[in-house]
Amino acid sequence: MFEYNFHWRPVFRSLPDLLEAALTTLQVASLAMTVGVLLGFILAVGRMRETGVIYWFATTWVELARNTPALFQLFFFGFGLGALGLHLSPYLIVLAGLTFNTAGYLAENFRGGFEAIPSTQLRAARSLGMNPLQAYTRILIPQVMRIVYYPMTNQFVWVVLMSSLGMLVGYRELTGETQFFASKTYRIFEYFAVTAVIYYVMVKVILVLSKVFASRFFRY
Amino acid sequence: MIKVNGLHKYFDDLHVLRGIDLEVQKGEVLSVIGASGSGKSTLLYCINGIEQIQEGSVYVDDVDVHSKATDLNKLRQRLGMVFQQWNSFPHLTALENVALAPQIVRGLTKAEAKDIAIKQLEHVGLGDKFDVYPNALSGGQQQRLAIARALAMDPQYMLFDEATSALDPELVGEVLDTMRVLAEEGMTMICVTHEMGFARDVSDRVAYFHEGVVEEIGSPDQIFVDPESEHTKKFLAKVR
Ligand SMILES: Nc1ncnc2c1ncn2[C@@H]1O[C@H](COP(=O)(O)OP(=O)(O)O)[C@@H](O)[C@H]1O
Ligand SMILES: [Mg+2]
Repeated sequence: MFEYNFHWRPVFRSLPDLLEAALTTLQVASLAMTVGVLLGFILAVGRMRETGVIYWFATTWVELARNTPALFQLFFFGFGLGALGLHLSPYLIVLAGLTFNTAGYLAENFRGGFEAIPSTQLRAARSLGMNPLQAYTRILIPQVMRIVYYPMTNQFVWVVLMSSLGMLVGYRELTGETQFFASKTYRIFEYFAVTAVIYYVMVKVILVLSKVFASRFFRY
Repeated sequence: MIKVNGLHKYFDDLHVLRGIDLEVQKGEVLSVIGASGSGKSTLLYCINGIEQIQEGSVYVDDVDVHSKATDLNKLRQRLGMVFQQWNSFPHLTALENVALAPQIVRGLTKAEAKDIAIKQLEHVGLGDKFDVYPNALSGGQQQRLAIARALAMDPQYMLFDEATSALDPELVGEVLDTMRVLAEEGMTMICVTHEMGFARDVSDRVAYFHEGVVEEIGSPDQIFVDPESEHTKKFLAKVR
């Protein structure tokens, strides 16, 4: 009945290539996360205005990012823009898609974080003579960071995993690379099993590091 | 000197302050009493420029608070403010709470700011709490922390907006004692308060607020023993 013979040797031979692709995954995910944090922050501030062009722009972004499949968002930057004559490289398609999605999710986290802080904190800071920039950077944002830290960690994990969609737009990140070897050697199960382990280890390391950083940063 | 002239303040259609004239001299302690909703907090916010005004003027020393040319951040260093809700910054230790603004607003060095913070925390009786985070402090301690934080800016005036109203009864005394010490040291203070005992003992003058006007103002004896206005009499009968 069960006649499949496992052949692990090809997988182990291409392990260096897979690990290199894992670094590619981490690299594109980190960049998408970093830009996503900045854009998400700007979108959150835009959403807090509650009216005007900026509000509607930010709201549309957030709604699309959160309520359509991430894959479609990637395809938009690939085939969608391609149809309009703008051809991005696979790397840029993945980066743009992940960033768009992440910024949308984080914007809502950040907005929730700001709303969780009593308005009296801002008033107290201003009454000490702090200007708005000082009040935000020294009083409000550190508290928001504390609130959104673990949601942000989860989002980063999600970005790492979601970057596997890159395979579908021809990007050789970890999943793309795995697919390349798997179809060359027909050892499909073996390759994807090993790659699953690599993803698992990456995510665990991220979660542990996140805990370590948290115990350093948040002393209260 | 704080000088309020013909001050009118609206929130949209709501006419909250209806022509306030008030002078507070250097070294004076003025208590402001009156029913909730009569505009006491709003007056304090108009004095330090948190709220804008529609008519009249507020001068702090020679500074026209509501002039476009006024640097409010600079002005606010002269006006310490303590709110009803104790607003400790939860992510900073007691010492950092007090030292932050002197450093980034007054531009002192870290060491200078720390020295001032130590001095002011000791001043309000928190000399053993330097490295404690606010969530480990009682409401009364957090309110004293807020006072120390305001004092660290070396203000000429202190504005208290019901500093004890949100505290458990047994914690009110320690905060009032701290305010008393400040008054004895000669700090110029405007205290919005529901603590009639404090208003009577500590103030040089007491103002009774009624529906957005200063209904009556005078010495504590005048207000508490021999009020002229019917509104004042009614209010005092209620709070006693
Ligand atoms: N930001 C605001 N927007 C609208 N109305 C306000 C605002 N702040 C205060 N008010 C109203 O102004 C009146 C005076 O409020 P306040 O100054 O807080 O009174 P008090 O401090 O004497 O209790 C109240 O009717 C209150 O509801
Ligand atoms: Mg009030």
